[in-house]
Amino acid sequence: MRYHTPQTFEEAARIAATGSGTTRFLAGGTDVLVQMRTGLVTPDDLIDLKHIPGAYDITQAPDGGWQIGVAVSGAALGEHPELGRAWPGVVEAMELVGSTQVQGRATLTGNLCNGSPAADSVPALVAAGAVVRVTGPDGTREVPVEEIPEGPGKTALVPGEVVSALLLPPRGAAGGDAYQRFIPRTEMDIAVVGCAVNLTLDGDVIRAARVALGAVAPTVLLVPDAAAALVGSHWDDGARARIEAAARAAARPITDKRGTAEFRTHVAGVLAGRVADIAYRRAKGEQT
Amino acid sequence: MTTIRVTTEVNGDRVEFLADPRETLLDVLRDKLGLTGSKEGCGTGDCGACSVLLDGRLVSSCLVLGVEAEGRKVETIEGMAPGEELHPLQRKFLEHAALQCGFCTPGFLVASKALLERNPDPTEEEVRYWLAGNLCRCTGYDKIVRAVLDAAAEMRGAG
Amino acid sequence: MAKDDVKQAYKLVGTRVLRPDGLDKVTGRARYGADFAMPGMLYGAVARSPHAHARIVSIDASKALALDGVKAVVTRADLPEGLTGEDWNLQENAMAGEVALYDGHAVAAVAATSALLAKDAARLIEVDYEVLPHVTDVDEAMKPDAPVIRPGAADHTVPDGMPPNVVKYFEFGRGDVEAGFAQADLVRERTYRTEATHQGYIEPQACVGQLGSDGKGEMWVTTQGQWYVRKMCADLLGLGVAQLRVTPSEIGGGFGGKTTVFMEPLSLALSRKAGGRPVKLVMDRAEVLRATGPTASASMDVKIGMKADGTMTAARAEFRMQGGAFPGSPVNEALECAFAPYKLAAVEHIGYDVLANRPKAAAYRAPGAPMGAFAAESLIDEMARELGLDPIELRLLNVVEEGDRSSYGPKFKRIGLREVLEATKVHPNFSVPLGPNQGRGVATGFWFNYNGDTSVSMAIAEDGTAQVAVGTPDIGGGRASIGLMVAETLGVPYEAVRINVVETGALGINEPTHGSRATFATGKAAVLATEQATREMCRRAAADWGIDPDAVEWVEGAAQPAGPNAGKFPPMSIAEIAGNMSNTGGPIAGHWEGVPRGVGASFGTHVADVEVDPETGRVTVLRYLVVQDAGRAIQPDYVEGQYQGGAVQGIGWALNEGYVYGADGRLQNAGFLDYRIPVASDLPMIDTVIVEVPNPGHPFGVRGVGETGITPPLPAIANAVAAATGVRLADLPMNPPRVLAAIRSRMDD
Repeated sequence: MRYHTPQTFEEAARIAATGSGTTRFLAGGTDVLVQMRTGLVTPDDLIDLKHIPGAYDITQAPDGGWQIGVAVSGAALGEHPELGRAWPGVVEAMELVGSTQVQGRATLTGNLCNGSPAADSVPALVAAGAVVRVTGPDGTREVPVEEIPEGPGKTALVPGEVVSALLLPPRGAAGGDAYQRFIPRTEMDIAVVGCAVNLTLDGDVIRAARVALGAVAPTVLLVPDAAAALVGSHWDDGARARIEAAARAAARPITDKRGTAEFRTHVAGVLAGRVADIAYRRAKGEQT
Repeated sequence: MTTIRVTTEVNGDRVEFLADPRETLLDVLRDKLGLTGSKEGCGTGDCGACSVLLDGRLVSSCLVLGVEAEGRKVETIEGMAPGEELHPLQRKFLEHAALQCGFCTPGFLVASKALLERNPDPTEEEVRYWLAGNLCRCTGYDKIVRAVLDAAAEMRGAG
Repeated sequence: MAKDDVKQAYKLVGTRVLRPDGLDKVTGRARYGADFAMPGMLYGAVARSPHAHARIVSIDASKALALDGVKAVVTRADLPEGLTGEDWNLQENAMAGEVALYDGHAVAAVAATSALLAKDAARLIEVDYEVLPHVTDVDEAMKPDAPVIRPGAADHTVPDGMPPNVVKYFEFGRGDVEAGFAQADLVRERTYRTEATHQGYIEPQACVGQLGSDGKGEMWVTTQGQWYVRKMCADLLGLGVAQLRVTPSEIGGGFGGKTTVFMEPLSLALSRKAGGRPVKLVMDRAEVLRATGPTASASMDVKIGMKADGTMTAARAEFRMQGGAFPGSPVNEALECAFAPYKLAAVEHIGYDVLANRPKAAAYRAPGAPMGAFAAESLIDEMARELGLDPIELRLLNVVEEGDRSSYGPKFKRIGLREVLEATKVHPNFSVPLGPNQGRGVATGFWFNYNGDTSVSMAIAEDGTAQVAVGTPDIGGGRASIGLMVAETLGVPYEAVRINVVETGALGINEPTHGSRATFATGKAAVLATEQATREMCRRAAADWGIDPDAVEWVEGAAQPAGPNAGKFPPMSIAEIAGNMSNTGGPIAGHWEGVPRGVGASFGTHVADVEVDPETGRVTVLRYLVVQDAGRAIQPDYVEGQYQGGAVQGIGWALNEGYVYGADGRLQNAGFLDYRIPVASDLPMIDTVIVEVPNPGHPFGVRGVGETGITPPLPAIANAVAAATGVRLADLPMNPPRVLAAIRSRMDD
């Protein structure tokens, strides 16, 4: 295995594009090292992105949007005061990934590029309308997060492409987001179901919403029907019943060692209702 | 297999080693630097027995490559009590009988130290969640949590 | 002090001293199995079957051997033939012969100059398999048309006509069970299932083995029993047992799982083939879960009859257990423990030990007892609720006491179940009011406790301090408890005694730290050895004083004349006698070897309060109480620690732990990510009450405390979930999908 420490994303992309065998990018390493350890993947070229300037930075653009470097750990994300106020759902989702130790290394970008349908931060990023900047041999493009996962372990990135930054839109006024997952224990498990809700209000009325589900399909799902169930409502019992039903209708899970399809479908509805409630209260400016 | 020369700082000492890039920081600490206090319970970041501080941040050393330590600062259990005096957490673990087999103990101590440096007055719930990635199979965690809370109280009193 | 006269007041016994090995363990200095390195050492790795059941057609190691730095490959062909019985089972489990019997079964091993290289080489070993039909479930394995794991493996206990995977059959009991059921006002019969769980010690198996062509070898290994490792390795490799010297490392948890061997003999086989260079073998977590010894999975029928007042009239248990592809599931122990807390005139037990394509079961803390308790105590709870009876009062009504015949046969000596139940009843936890979706569960459990081969040697140093060589590795504070008992007996400060856990060359054979025996058996042996030394010191003093040795007694660390008739001499201290010992006859020592008699059984009762989320099926443990008879708590911190640790292992077993096999027979959750042992945030503090009904068979009243604590939690949690939800789960683990399905099926009714 060759270990590379490029100084720019262009250089990283070039190494990846010219690599002859298996290539992996290394940011937090909390997935790549496990794959190496268990013999699942032994890369021929391992490209460490942490030496690239800006990899550890969180910056806010003049329009209020955010750029998050590819090596920003969950712990660093959680310690950023303004980001946590703007996008609490994204931050809390990332903070659910693994242990305190894993938080010291794991990154949003890595969680996304690992391609797991159960990745905690991805539903929150999708609900938030996050975009990734992708650097490849042919230049740079921006891709909505929901278009990156293509199936378990698979992404829409082509060989030679590397995610070079993650972009969150401006929060704007009267907005709120939230994420919860269901796991058998209280910590340390992979999500059996995850749900993120991001909404904005007009007075007490939900004006716009995005709802995403994790671990109930081969990829994280953006669920427009669940969002539609919220828009126009005051977050009343009717809206709750509608989002629960829409989430369950969208879920097409499998039965595996972590849960049955029946359980996942039911809990997708339970979480959708619970998470929408938190997002609504956050949008109203309540402490949650 | 090409090895890479790495220069890093471990417990305040400058060290150099040659690493196969596949070797983890835990492998390097244990096999190359003779620091066997960090333990491997899983190798996949699920047990916390290999906890170390990397540039002051709590990490699982099994999820860090040795080559990634270049130019950084590593703190392990061996650096927790450099002289004759124990760290208050070490002393409280002894006084509260917060260990049985002792295998997970170094990881718990390093993780608890990182907690108290950030949060000198944690609640029981905060201790339990911070330490959720440190598995102990002997104690049921009761005496560990008490030891951490008691050490925090003592350290606040001393500060 | 007469041996059976249990004293009540002590200077040291019962105090919360620091453990002597503590400093090493909080500084990272303590050396565990993987922490040893020897000059010239090689690293080993094991190639394992990916199939649940497959004939090994051929093994080609040429690509592995072609790697620069690979020094040896061993297969079954490198181990001696002709072994029988459990030796054959252990050898077959250490390395598959003609057939791989489970996912993870070792098929070859390699030694190389680095750990990475050894792993690479193991992957290059090419094995051609012919996949065979497999079975992993115990009930499926008992069907007449199930794949046969090993033809002819059944022993003499199995009646003709049994299905081929039944390899042992048990039947025992007394009284007229049918008549007992006929006398009852309420008879209930249910079936319960528990999944296999793993001890989950955090330290994986690890050893360094060295064996020369002269048949002499050494091993440094994490184990509960160095003599067991020595005997098993020697037998498996055809060595003279005494030619092997086994040194135990500190041990990172065992819970029964480190009382046997898995890959350890392979390190010796590799070493011998690699010119005698030491070979280090360390399992990774996936290997630990796939290829060491979990406990059995169980399928259990229980039938109980009760009078309206709760008096039990008869009980019957029929248990089926698979302990992997070899005989040895703890079905007999499960049966013996199931009804042990209760006085029963009529009781019947039937058990089947069944083979399946899973790893060979090893002991796990009170082997079998948690499953038996789950079945029996779940049904008793259900019947108590049906009859409107208080769970403690019902148990007190049927409680066994001294002189009662146990459900499994022998009469009980002094036991403390009544005292345990009375202490539970008055504990504040038992009367905390519960809220919606909350429930309280009570259950009782039992373990025999054990003695076993024990050999201890102690000696007095020149300054009057003492060293004690013991053969039972210290897992949970054994050095502290033995040190306290020796210091108490010797009349010296606790700090003046050093307890050394020694290698096999230093003592006669010792059984492992298992069966809750270390503080009982090693402790008793250490006290008896110490008394031998004090007698010798009295003799030295008597010689100095010119009086009869029988006229000298040992009191508080000194020899003194026994009574006014013996003569008037000032007490001669241990330091004085020791300082002069070279002039008075040489070294002063004491030893004891044998099987200590006087084992005291123990009972515990647990009270679990849980809350169940009716929308997700999540069970949260709110409060947990352990009440258990220790006999005597030598160091109460470590007694509490055993209670708490046992309870939490049981909570894990009840809620989220369990082996998950896929349709392909492969283990789906071979890691701590999906083999879900409890984490700190899952739990409340674990409240404990140490009941002390001294065991008259131990000089300080010790019963042993390690195992009983894991026996009540499975039913205690199940009973609490039933109370919280109104539905009873008969299958473990009670994970959220199962609990939610049960709640929703009730709502559909």
